[in-house]
Amino acid sequence: MEQILQHGLNGVVLGGTYALLGIGLTLIFGIMRVVNFTHGELYAFGAYLAYLFVALLHLDFFLSIALAALAGFALGALIELVLLRPLRSNDIDTVMLVMIGAWIALQNGEQFVWGGVAKLVPSPFAQEPLVIGPVSVAPLRLFVLGATLVLLVGFYWLIDRTRLGMAMRATFQDRDTAALMGIDVRGIYTLTFALGSALAAIAGALLGPIFLVNPTMGNLVGLKAFAIVILGGLGNITGATIGGFVLALVEEFGAGYLSSEYRDAFGFLVIIAVLALRPQGFFARKARVG
Amino acid sequence: MRARFGGLLFLALAATLPLWLRDPYFVAILTSTGIFIIAAISLNLLLGFTGQLSLGHAAFFGIGAYTSALLSLGFDVDIGLPSPVVVDPKPVWIAFFGAVVVSGLFGWLIGKLAFRVRGAYFVIVTISFAEVMRMVALNWVDLTEGPMALNNIPPLSVLWPGHGLTALVTKSQQYWLVLAVGVVCYFLVARMVRSRLGRALIALRENEPLARSVGVRVTHYLVVATVVSAAIAGAAGALYAHCVRIVDPDVFLFIYTVTMVIMVVTGGKGTLAGPVVGGLIFGLMPQALRGTAPPEVQWIIYGIGIILIVFFLPRGIVPAFADLARLRMPALRKPASLVR
Amino acid sequence: MTEVGENGAARNVALDVRDLAVHIGGLVALGGISFQVPFGAIVSLIGPNGAGKTTAFNVITGFMKATDGQVFFRGRDLARLSPERIAALGMVRTFQRTSLFTACTVFENVLTALHLRGRTGLLGALLRLPAMQREEAALHAEAREILDFVGLAGRADEIAGNLAYGEQRLLGLAIALAAKPTLLLLDEPAAGLNPSETESFKQLIRRVRERGATVLLVEHDMQMVMSISDQVLVLNQGRMIAAGSPAEVQRDPEVIRAYLGSGKRAAA
Repeated sequence: MEQILQHGLNGVVLGGTYALLGIGLTLIFGIMRVVNFTHGELYAFGAYLAYLFVALLHLDFFLSIALAALAGFALGALIELVLLRPLRSNDIDTVMLVMIGAWIALQNGEQFVWGGVAKLVPSPFAQEPLVIGPVSVAPLRLFVLGATLVLLVGFYWLIDRTRLGMAMRATFQDRDTAALMGIDVRGIYTLTFALGSALAAIAGALLGPIFLVNPTMGNLVGLKAFAIVILGGLGNITGATIGGFVLALVEEFGAGYLSSEYRDAFGFLVIIAVLALRPQGFFARKARVG
Repeated sequence: MRARFGGLLFLALAATLPLWLRDPYFVAILTSTGIFIIAAISLNLLLGFTGQLSLGHAAFFGIGAYTSALLSLGFDVDIGLPSPVVVDPKPVWIAFFGAVVVSGLFGWLIGKLAFRVRGAYFVIVTISFAEVMRMVALNWVDLTEGPMALNNIPPLSVLWPGHGLTALVTKSQQYWLVLAVGVVCYFLVARMVRSRLGRALIALRENEPLARSVGVRVTHYLVVATVVSAAIAGAAGALYAHCVRIVDPDVFLFIYTVTMVIMVVTGGKGTLAGPVVGGLIFGLMPQALRGTAPPEVQWIIYGIGIILIVFFLPRGIVPAFADLARLRMPALRKPASLVR
Repeated sequence: MTEVGENGAARNVALDVRDLAVHIGGLVALGGISFQVPFGAIVSLIGPNGAGKTTAFNVITGFMKATDGQVFFRGRDLARLSPERIAALGMVRTFQRTSLFTACTVFENVLTALHLRGRTGLLGALLRLPAMQREEAALHAEAREILDFVGLAGRADEIAGNLAYGEQRLLGLAIALAAKPTLLLLDEPAAGLNPSETESFKQLIRRVRERGATVLLVEHDMQMVMSISDQVLVLNQGRMIAAGSPAEVQRDPEVIRAYLGSGKRAAA
C-alpha cells in the first residue's frame, strides 16, 4: 500500500511539471498548428539557465527560476518573430522543417556552450526527505509540486479572467472574427508561442535540480509533451493538464511495477495507442483531428 | 535529353571512382554516403512524392539492419514459450532478403495507420515508432545484445566470374555493391513515379479530395508507398549491417532520420535527383568541415542551413537549378512536369 | 413509373435520395430531403446561400456522413462507401471552389484523372510490360480527346495554376469527365464566369448529356438553370420546398419568398 501511495505522490509531483509542458505545447501545437520541435529545447534552455544563475552566478534560487521563465518567454518570442511569422501562410511541412532546423541549432548550441557533461543545479533545500505518514518526499520535490500548482492556477486565471486571456481565446476560436474585432492576431500568436515556451522553460528550471542537466534532455521531454497533447486533445488546455498527470502516473506505476527500463517508452506507447484508438484525445468535447 | 546525358556521365564517374580515387578512406565515406542516399531515395518516395510527413524513417533502416544481422548471425531468444526460439545462421543474401521483407511488413503497419492518423499526428506517430524501436533494441538484450551491439556480421558475397564466391570486404568492393543497389533502387523508384501508380501518389499529395473524387483509393496507395519506401530503407539498413558489420541501437536515432529528411528536402523533395544531390551534400559536408569546426558547430550550420533553404529555396536545390536552366536556355522551356 | 428493387431503391433512376438528413453540431444542415434523378436528365439543385446544397453534394458523394436517410445510385445503397469507391461506381463530382492539381500541367491533370481507366499497378510499373505501355498510350490519347472536348487542347502544356479562371473551371470539368461518370455532379460550374463563358459551359453540359451521362448541378445562375434543366429542385434551410419543371418552380410562391424574403427580411 505504501508503495502505491509513494508512486502516486512521485507521479503527482512529476505530473505538475508535465502539465506545464503539455499546456505550453497544446497552445502552440494545438492552436497555432505548429509542430514545435523546439519545445523540448526550451525545457533544456530553462534548465541550463537555472544552472547558470544558481551554480555559476550564485543568484537566489527562486529568482533564478523566475529569470529562466522570462528568458524562455523572450526566446520563444524571438523564434516566433524571426522564423514563424514570415512563414505564416505556408504549409505544415515547411513550418515543421524550419522548427527542425531551429531545434538542431539550439540543441547543438547548448552542447557547444556547455559541453556534454551533465550539470548539477544546487538547490537550497535540505536533502533529507520529509516523512509524511507512509510516504517520503524530498523538500525540493514538494516545492516543485507547490510551484507548479501555483503556476497552473495562475495560468488558468490568466486565460479565464483577464482581457488578454479573452483575446487569446477569441483568436483561438475564430481568427478572422477576432481580427475584425480589433485584436492584434499576429501579436497574440507571438504571445502564445512565447507563453508556451516560458512554460517549458519553467518546467525545465524546476526539474533541473531534480534530474541532471544535459544537452539532450530536451529530446525525450519534447516527445512526451506531444504525447500529453495528443492524450488531452489538441488545443485542449484542461486535457493537457490532466494528460500531464496521467502520463506521469503511468510512467511512475509502469516503471515501478512493469519495467523501469522501458519507462520512457510509455509516453510513446500512449501516443500510438491513443492515435490508433481515439485520435481526438480522451478529453475533447468535439473531434478536432488533423 | 540533356538530363539523361548528365545522369549517364554521373554514373560513369561514380562507377569508376575507386579506380582514380586511391584513398580507401574516402571511398568508405562515399560508401556510407551512398547508403544514406538509398535511404533518402526511399524517404523521398513517401515524403516527397506521396506527401506523407514521415519522421521515423530510421526505424525502417534500423529494422533492416538488425533483421539482416540477426538472420545472418543466427540467434536464440526466450519469449516465454516452453523452449527458446532458435534460428540458425542463414546465408547472407537470404538474410538481406529477409530484412527487406520484414521492413516492408512494418511499412505495411505504418501505412495502414497513416490513413487513420493524418498530418501532424502522423509525424508524431512515426517519431514515436522509431523511438520505441530504439528502446526495444537497447533493452531486449537477449535478442539484440543491447548497447554491446551485434558484432562480426558476415559480409555479403557475390559470384564473380573467374574468382568464384568473393566476400565483399574491401572498401572498393563495398562501394560498388552500394552503388549497384543504389542504381537499382533509383530506377525502381523512377519507374514507380512515372506510371499510373506514380500519378496516383502525386495526386494524393497535391490534392487529396480531388484525387478521391476521381477514384484514387487513398488507403491502398498510402500503403503501397509506405511498404516500398520501408523495404528500400530496410535494404539500406541491411547494406549498412554487412558493410560496417556492427549494428547497435544507435541506428534508430532520430538524428539519422533528420539527416535523411534534410537530404531529401534540401535536394528537392518530389524530384528523382533531389535525394542524390542532397545526400551528396550532407554526406560529404561533414568531411569537408572536419577539423575546421567541432561537430556541434557543424550541426548548428546544418540547422541554420535548413532554415535558409526553406526560406530561400523552398522547393530544394534541384528544382531551383532546373528553373534557372530553363530561364537561361529558352529552348529548354518545357514547363515543370510531374517528375523531373 | 418507379420500379423498386429488393433493397427498396428505385431502379430505373440514376439517383434515388430518401429522407437524407445531416445534423452538424446541433445545426440542421439538411432536414430530410428526398428526390430522384432519372437517367439522362439534367437536374438542377437551387436555393439561397446556406440552403444545404453543397452539403447534399458532399453527403451523396461520400465526402461527408449522413445523420439519417439513404442514397441509392443505380439501385445500389451508397451507405458507408468512400468517395473513391463511389467514383468507381460512376458518380463523379466537381468542387465549388476550383480544385485542381495546380502544380501539374493541364495534360497531366487529365491524365491523372484517368486513373479509373487504367489498371497498371506496382508490378506493371516496375516491369514496364508491353501491356502497360499500351495502356499508357491509350490513356494519353483519351486525355487529348477530353481536352479537345472541353476546348483546352491548346493549353495542354500550361501549368494548371497559371490558367485563367474560366479555363480552370473547364479543367475541373475535364478532370471529372476523365473519370467516366454515369452521373456527373457539378457544384456551381458557372460561378464567376462571364456570360459568354457561361454559355459555352451550358453547351458543354448539354453535350455531356448527349454522350450518355446524367447531370445533377448546383447553380446560382438562374438563366442557366432555367434554360438547360429538365427538372429543378429547390432547397431552403435544409428542406426541399419545391420540385418540378423550371416553369413550375419559377411561379412557386414559396420559392419566390425564399429568394426574396418576405418584406424586410431579404435573403442574405
